[in-house]
Amino acid sequence: MGLTARPEHRTVAYEPQSQEGWVTTRLDFLVNWGRANSLWPMPFGTACCAIEFMATAAARFDLARFGMERMSFSPRQADVLICAGRVPFKLAPVLRRIWQQMPQPKWCISMGACASSGGMFDNYAVVQGIDTIIPVDVYVPGCPPRPEGLLYGIRMLQDKVMSERSADRKIREEMNPDPKSQLYIPPSVIDELGEPFGNSVNQTRSAQ
Amino acid sequence: MTEKFNTVQTGGALKEVSAPATPRSVAHRGGDANPSVAALEIQFPGSVLRSQVVWGETTVYITPSSVPDVMRWLHDDPDQRYDYLSDLTAVEYRDYEEPLEVVWHLRSLPFRRFLRVKAAIPRGAPLAIPSVWGIWKAADWMERECYDMFGIVFEGHPDLRRILMWEQYREGFPLRKDFPLRGRFSRAEQLRQALAQNIESRYSMEELTIADAFEDLPPDMRKRLSTGERTGE
Repeated sequence: MGLTARPEHRTVAYEPQSQEGWVTTRLDFLVNWGRANSLWPMPFGTACCAIEFMATAAARFDLARFGMERMSFSPRQADVLICAGRVPFKLAPVLRRIWQQMPQPKWCISMGACASSGGMFDNYAVVQGIDTIIPVDVYVPGCPPRPEGLLYGIRMLQDKVMSERSADRKIREEMNPDPKSQLYIPPSVIDELGEPFGNSVNQTRSAQ
Repeated sequence: MTEKFNTVQTGGALKEVSAPATPRSVAHRGGDANPSVAALEIQFPGSVLRSQVVWGETTVYITPSSVPDVMRWLHDDPDQRYDYLSDLTAVEYRDYEEPLEVVWHLRSLPFRRFLRVKAAIPRGAPLAIPSVWGIWKAADWMERECYDMFGIVFEGHPDLRRILMWEQYREGFPLRKDFPLRGRFSRAEQLRQALAQNIESRYSMEELTIADAFEDLPPDMRKRLSTGERTGE
């Protein structure tokens, strides 16, 4: 993973019948090129994934090659939230607050099994995937992922940034799920869907 | 920090001073008991229930009501001087007949002794036991954690509230045997309650670091704290 060359998607996709011209797409390309190669990460490291993240940032794997040498420990100056490690419920509002404090444009990488799905911690204290709190752009699997894995995820995010169009306003919209929407899944159904998965301990949750 | 800080020489109260060595070929059961147990049985005849030595470590079982006297004596007596409370926790056994036990790990630095004290709270009785906060200040957070996880009320603790879970946590006490591993509420409800908590409410004047930085706090928070609002509840 990450060792083989990946196909390049370094063009801005646009619909031919749209009114966007050559100048707009070239401008998009320039802006995206600048953004993709100067992503400042906000490290949100809570567990062992943070150790791998530090290894990625250090000299051997050298995150600075991708323009990320500047760790932004303030969310106000960050572009990418890299959530590395498990997030307990007590930390859930903190993580959401940090995400809300980051200015647009912003992206999020969920690093490792715990951040992506709760991992082995299917218990009372741990959030089952940070995508239940904030939107996630790239999931990096692994427990913890090797630095190559994180670099692969970062390259994927860069490709995603490169294919964005400034005319598309939708990608910058921040929305809370609307209960009246067709896409909204009520919490009870989410629980029902999620119940067969998780740990192997067969247990019933007493009501209330 | 007005009190004079007295340094303690480790093993300084021993008669013959020898370098501490790692014990070898320790028996599982039996062996030399900690001499404090014999002294305890003389000093508190009715309070010491039994004692046992496992892997060279002595455990003494006492009655819950005698906890303050026994602990105070173990701390103050010049022949015991248990000046270090290294751990405080509780045990609940799988059998419902077994009582819930509170465990103190005491260490005497001058005598190089280790003593494990246990007190069983009988089934059916309210989960309460005297606090040892007045003897060892280290008991503060440990008793809070024990209360958070087991629901044991430490009587006499100055600020007994949750420490690991947030204060509005309603699902119960997670380390109890009747607590399901995934919690009592559904995942969605857990997340909803967790996200509904106010992060700023974690601040309270009880936190010393906040009290020191009172003048630097934002005006609205200063106003809230100065009205005596006990935040976080």
